[in-house]
Amino acid sequence: MSKILIRGAKVLGGEPQDVLIDGETISEVGTGLSAEGAQVIEADGKILLPGLVDLHTHLREPGREDSETVLTGTRAAASGGYTAVFAMANTFPVADTAGVVEQVWRLGKEHGYCDVQPIGAVTVGLEGKQLAELGAMHDSAAGVTVFSDDGKCVDDAVIMRRALEYVKAFGGVVAQHAQEPRLTEGAQMNEGIVSAELGLGGWPAVAEESVIARDVLLAEHVGSRVHICHLSTAGSVEIVRWAKSRGIDVTAEVTPHHLLLTDELVRSYNPVYKVNPPLRTERDVLALREALVDGTIDIVATDHAPHPHEDKDCEWAAAAMGMVGLETALSVVQQTMVETGLLDWAGVAERMSFKPARIGGLAGHGRPVAPGEPANLTLLDSAYRGVVDPAGFASRSRNTPYEGRELPGRVTHTFLRGRATVIDGNLT
Amino acid sequence: MKRHLISAADLTRDDAVLILDTAEEMARVADRPIKKLPTLRGRTVVNLFFEDSTRTRISFEAAAKRLSADVINFSAKGSSVSKGESLKDTALTLEAMGADAVVIRHHASGAPYRLANSGWIDGAVVNAGDGTHEHPTQALLDAFTMRRRLVGRDAGLGKDLSGRRITVVGDVLHSRVARSNVHLLNTLGAEVTLVAPPTLVPVGVETWPCEVSYDLDAVLPKSDAVMMLRVQRERMNAAFFPTEREYSRRYGLDGDRMARMPEHAIVMHPGPMNRGMEITAEVADSDRCTAVEQVANGVSTRMAVLYLLLGGSEPAVTTPRTEESN
Repeated sequence: MSKILIRGAKVLGGEPQDVLIDGETISEVGTGLSAEGAQVIEADGKILLPGLVDLHTHLREPGREDSETVLTGTRAAASGGYTAVFAMANTFPVADTAGVVEQVWRLGKEHGYCDVQPIGAVTVGLEGKQLAELGAMHDSAAGVTVFSDDGKCVDDAVIMRRALEYVKAFGGVVAQHAQEPRLTEGAQMNEGIVSAELGLGGWPAVAEESVIARDVLLAEHVGSRVHICHLSTAGSVEIVRWAKSRGIDVTAEVTPHHLLLTDELVRSYNPVYKVNPPLRTERDVLALREALVDGTIDIVATDHAPHPHEDKDCEWAAAAMGMVGLETALSVVQQTMVETGLLDWAGVAERMSFKPARIGGLAGHGRPVAPGEPANLTLLDSAYRGVVDPAGFASRSRNTPYEGRELPGRVTHTFLRGRATVIDGNLT
Repeated sequence: MKRHLISAADLTRDDAVLILDTAEEMARVADRPIKKLPTLRGRTVVNLFFEDSTRTRISFEAAAKRLSADVINFSAKGSSVSKGESLKDTALTLEAMGADAVVIRHHASGAPYRLANSGWIDGAVVNAGDGTHEHPTQALLDAFTMRRRLVGRDAGLGKDLSGRRITVVGDVLHSRVARSNVHLLNTLGAEVTLVAPPTLVPVGVETWPCEVSYDLDAVLPKSDAVMMLRVQRERMNAAFFPTEREYSRRYGLDGDRMARMPEHAIVMHPGPMNRGMEITAEVADSDRCTAVEQVANGVSTRMAVLYLLLGGSEPAVTTPRTEESN
């Protein structure tokens, strides 16, 4: 097996060290390691992180291969420093059977750019009425443990309760897309000062918060674990903080875009800023950052949501909701959390690798950079500054809200079990 | 003035007064036996209507025709748009046909903004009403009507609406007319009060340059003009108010309420009116109601807008505007 020596990398942002990869695993970490028989990568003070894990990716295959495929999505993931992604279930057909989740899982394996762990739908067809065969998806080759109707809320309190209870049998977790449907009929953007002026249907914070409040109480009542997808409001933070202080088994994620962007951008009526949940206010952004620091929000997840150009090159109301995020996530986190002094790199590793792997029950990822561990690694040039150009994306879609914006940091190398998927910023 | 008219908020006080003064000149043309000016001869104005609105469309059509422009009416119904053509492709088609101005009515808030800012077309874009966002020419014709009635046809030239107290009553939440009026009336120095049940006032209204009241009777005696907005009966089904009758009792304008308004105060309505809902027949047919005048003023005002956007600096009317009218 081949050996690779990464020389002089700041492991989790610490003092420069050498990391020797032997085959699929890390064999040595230290200083002055011998390069004999190894291919050498001069890290020159770049940041070495455990391979990133995204708990919330839309790969669109099967069904919407015009926006993304497992291949293009995993190439985008590798470019962004990810070694594993959880693929959301809202495909066509919906990933609500063992057959569909196995298909997605197998495609990920075949392409080999990063591990693809399918998420199964909670209910048949995401309709919120009848539980999908959660056990069959768990028992399938895909080994599903995370279930979500993401894109839609599991609105019915009884269905949600049953799902929370049922997955306990095999250690599963339900990831809720918290959106009270009646309060968000026709909703186009965050309800507040900007929506009032623009005349766009309002998406009140309470539509998210009320569902989170209900679900943490349900989780407490039945003794289950619940995960909250893309938490976006200051009020949601307070509810999750309260739930955690009460000992409720709840975890939560925030997207990079909700850590940076606000609803003021909607004044352009440019649908590239249209997303679910919507961009909120500055106050919410600051509360989300603080919550990510104090652990109320556990992880950053991209909610990478590719859409073809025509679905964004139109009037706001007609546009699809969502943003691509895999290739910019780490840069946005560097800008919003590291360069603001809120988190160090170890803190980033915890929130973008260790913890998402733990929440998703994904073995072999989110492991320490230490001898004997799988060589899933990401090397980041944090000194890099560049303007985002979507033409260079590996994703099939270009719907990024960061086009033309300067963001810091660039992933130069990604290793999946010792094999480089990205070398010098280029996909292999 | 800017190249497009998308939002009433884009107009400065001087822009707005210039439009109103120009509209007065245009109105004089309407009094002539031949109601036509050669100003926009050879120019093409497209009325691009994605939403049914016969009143607004014929108003723009009459305005463009009186300025001798060629008018193309493009209605979404029965056209390629109803077969799923995108706004972009429709815009590119109009551009290829050489539209100098596109007057757009669209059910989606922001569609005119997108049309003007996406590089799809070069011509001027006039917002003829977009979703629940804005309807700037309606606000201009309303301001024109108020200035005539409250300041005077000749005395009003060059003047704004400083100190006038304007009350807008009804479904503010869904009203593009209310949004444009709040912006424009504020720019023109008027004091605006919105009156509606709390369910029909948008969250976020606190930053608007106006007062909000839930009590129509308290506001009426302090109003120089009361603008009644159309309230769709279907709103009742979404629980914005309990019943049509209760809405009418609390927020409708009838003869008794009109009597509480100052002598000089006028009643306005952008139309179409829901008689018996927000306004009784007695009020709608009274001399104080300017609804029909507003329609006539709409043509003059839209002539002024098209002229100023397309005509450049040449005088619109053969007798040049004099200094005192500025």
